Amino acid sequence: MRGISKSFHGIPANQDISFSIESGEILGLLGENGAGKTTLMNILYGLYQPDAGEIRINDAPVRIHNPLESIALGIGMVHQHFMLIQNHSVLENIALSHKDTPFFFPTVKIREKIENFSASFDFNIDLTKKVWQLSAGEQQRVEIIKALLNGADLLILDEPTSVLTPQEIKELISILKEMKAKGHMVIFISHKLDEIMDICDRVLVLQKGKIAGSALTRDTDKISLARMMVGRDVVFNIQREKIVRGNQILSVEHLNVMGDKGLPVLKDISFEIFENEIFGVAGVSGNGQRELAEAVTGIRKAESGKIRINDRDITNTSPRHIYDQGVSHVPEERIRFGIAPGLFLYDNAILKQHHLKKFSKRYFLKYKDVKDHAKNLMDDFNVSAHSIHSQIRNLSGGNIQKLILGREISEKPQLLVASHPTYGLDIGATEFMRNHLLKLRKTGSAVLLFSEDLEEIFELCDRIAVIFDGEFMAILDSGDSRLNDIGLMMAGSKRI
Amino acid sequence: MIKFNVTDRYDISAGRSFMTNLLSLVAGLFMIGLVFLFLGVNPFYALFKIFSGSFGSFYGFKETLTKAIPLILIGSGLTLAFRAKFWNIGAEGQLLMGAIFAAWISLFLGDHLPSYIMVPLMFLAGFTGGALWGIIPAILKIRFSINEVISTLMLNYICADFLTMLIVGPWKGSTRFGFPGTDNFPDSAILGLISGSRIHYATFILSILCAVILCIVIYKTRFGYEARVVGENPDAGRYAGIDFLKTTLILMIISGGLAGLAGVGEVAGIHHYLGYPAAVSSGYGFTAIIVAWLAKLNPLLTLVSGIFFAGILVGGDAVQISLGLPAATVGIVNGILLICLIMGDYFLKNKITLTIAKP
Repeated sequence: MRGISKSFHGIPANQDISFSIESGEILGLLGENGAGKTTLMNILYGLYQPDAGEIRINDAPVRIHNPLESIALGIGMVHQHFMLIQNHSVLENIALSHKDTPFFFPTVKIREKIENFSASFDFNIDLTKKVWQLSAGEQQRVEIIKALLNGADLLILDEPTSVLTPQEIKELISILKEMKAKGHMVIFISHKLDEIMDICDRVLVLQKGKIAGSALTRDTDKISLARMMVGRDVVFNIQREKIVRGNQILSVEHLNVMGDKGLPVLKDISFEIFENEIFGVAGVSGNGQRELAEAVTGIRKAESGKIRINDRDITNTSPRHIYDQGVSHVPEERIRFGIAPGLFLYDNAILKQHHLKKFSKRYFLKYKDVKDHAKNLMDDFNVSAHSIHSQIRNLSGGNIQKLILGREISEKPQLLVASHPTYGLDIGATEFMRNHLLKLRKTGSAVLLFSEDLEEIFELCDRIAVIFDGEFMAILDSGDSRLNDIGLMMAGSKRI
Repeated sequence: MIKFNVTDRYDISAGRSFMTNLLSLVAGLFMIGLVFLFLGVNPFYALFKIFSGSFGSFYGFKETLTKAIPLILIGSGLTLAFRAKFWNIGAEGQLLMGAIFAAWISLFLGDHLPSYIMVPLMFLAGFTGGALWGIIPAILKIRFSINEVISTLMLNYICADFLTMLIVGPWKGSTRFGFPGTDNFPDSAILGLISGSRIHYATFILSILCAVILCIVIYKTRFGYEARVVGENPDAGRYAGIDFLKTTLILMIISGGLAGLAGVGEVAGIHHYLGYPAAVSSGYGFTAIIVAWLAKLNPLLTLVSGIFFAGILVGGDAVQISLGLPAATVGIVNGILLICLIMGDYFLKNKITLTIAKP
């Protein structure tokens, strides 16, 4: 790719980017959120047209108008969110995307092909299983098979490890190594330094749409890559002071909760959280974290068990009652739950507090106070927006997250339930969020933190629970050496 | 190759909003003109007739205001329901139910009570009737997840047939010579008119009052805030601890109740008896949907859009008489205007740029 530029609404997403990749090479594409990684790859895959620049394959210039053309040119892409049909079998999904699938009895011919193929690559997948029965790692392998069967020489993987367990990541790496040995090229998009160092031969760092640098991984180290990525030095270890924990705030006893499909999702969970404590729940998403957060905050009904705040039973009371007991919540899918997108910033600044005396008097809202509150939140939590009269949908994800966090902790909660509070944020915003969580801990609040990011869990938490399939595999202190097996616990193969 | 790029438009200014609506209306009038052309009528003359019939004379304007009363009442109630994304298509039925309740009160109590008790009582009964009819789909939606578009629409037919059953059956008047319809309401149950017109002033004042009050409800109160949050994002509403059943019930009581009030105005102010459903309402419950939409779901603006559409109804009658066009013409005019307004909304919320790429 040479001199690629692309802008949206006049804001450049890619500026004059040039790079090349040779056969048998794994190229890492590193950058913060919004650095332009995905845009660049979408151009290569034919989803976007570049404003300037050209793409050359084997030295011949090509124009790629759509993904069909890029597939024909030997480019395959595995998106961050899998493009599979949940109710179809693996075989049907592969047949659907394959270019030589016959119209009648599509699966018969393909089956043979896949079986030959996956034997040579050591993919281990039951072709007759429906996609919804597969783990995230298996679904990813299906996506990779899809791309390779279509003759992909160049495979683009967009944040492939974000949904995998450590064991699954290892399996992915071995597949990638095999592909490399067979002469395939891989572009590996990530913002996790460790993986890039592990997997890639060469790394290209993007920052604000421009190339900030590139290096062979064997000639560089994490620190200098991180500097390239954010354009300044990054402190990797946030200092967590030693604080003696206080009184018990939350206690959960033998909690059982049903999931959306009416099946039991949380099984007999018990734990407590104390003042001045951050309690982390580690695990691959979909193992009951969301249901636990919703049960504690009152959005989801508990089938049995007790949830107490300050020794007061709040099991199955209303979300508002629980909020009034001092429980705040930074929800997992912030756009889906945390905001009303068409309303103004100041409307959203009081989403859970509008019933408080502070903001409402009998039937009326005190909009003057509400607006002042919104202004303060914007200042205190560095929310950058045009004004408090902006529609919240026009804010970036990071700013929305800052506003939600600010809103949830501005009332000094006893307990903050924070689900993936830094997911999808850049390093600067992540640091900001984490420091605020530590500040809460210092001022005597309890925090229940859900995260898939182990680095975050280790940095912030006093105690760590590992959740798998709706059960806690262990609850350990942060210093406990048994945490080395956290990967095994997250995958359900070890219990302490 | 011509390519359309569609992107979200972030800052929508009031001026742009106004111009977009104006252009949508012009585009709608242009298409309506084509329809007139197809019917063999000079489109300019027909459009001139529509607006001169409704706004061009004092008599016409009084008629326009008369028809604007139910449109404003229902339309402002609908803005509230639509804000919460509760698609109440059943205002027609709620209006009829209000009319039935008012008729019931006036027929059975009217002879015994003086007017100053009777009139408020009728309004109260009408509000209750419309509200009850509005509560049904609200409960169906929240408790049983039944789509409100279907249920409100179907309840229209149930109510219309229930009304028909009453007027051909138990309530058939002895003075009607066997024709369906109740007896005339007693004098105490007849609304006073502004002299020289058919404007029943009690309802007229009520409609302006309702538009103003609803504006305050939506923008200033806790309930209005909760309704808007629920409409923007129900999941966020649940997360914020908003009681869906309560919110939806209240807003449908208001929306249905206002439609009920409009029903009272129609039977007690204009017809003075309960006749066939089509005679009672002439589709105000449906036209009010367009009224609410044209007002951009702002109750105060229904005062303007209500009068505008009332003008089209009156003007439609005028072209029917003077140009001999079919009665359905007004329906076509309304439909085209609504479609153009909705399409205009798309162009307001999205920015469309056209690029011509060389192949």
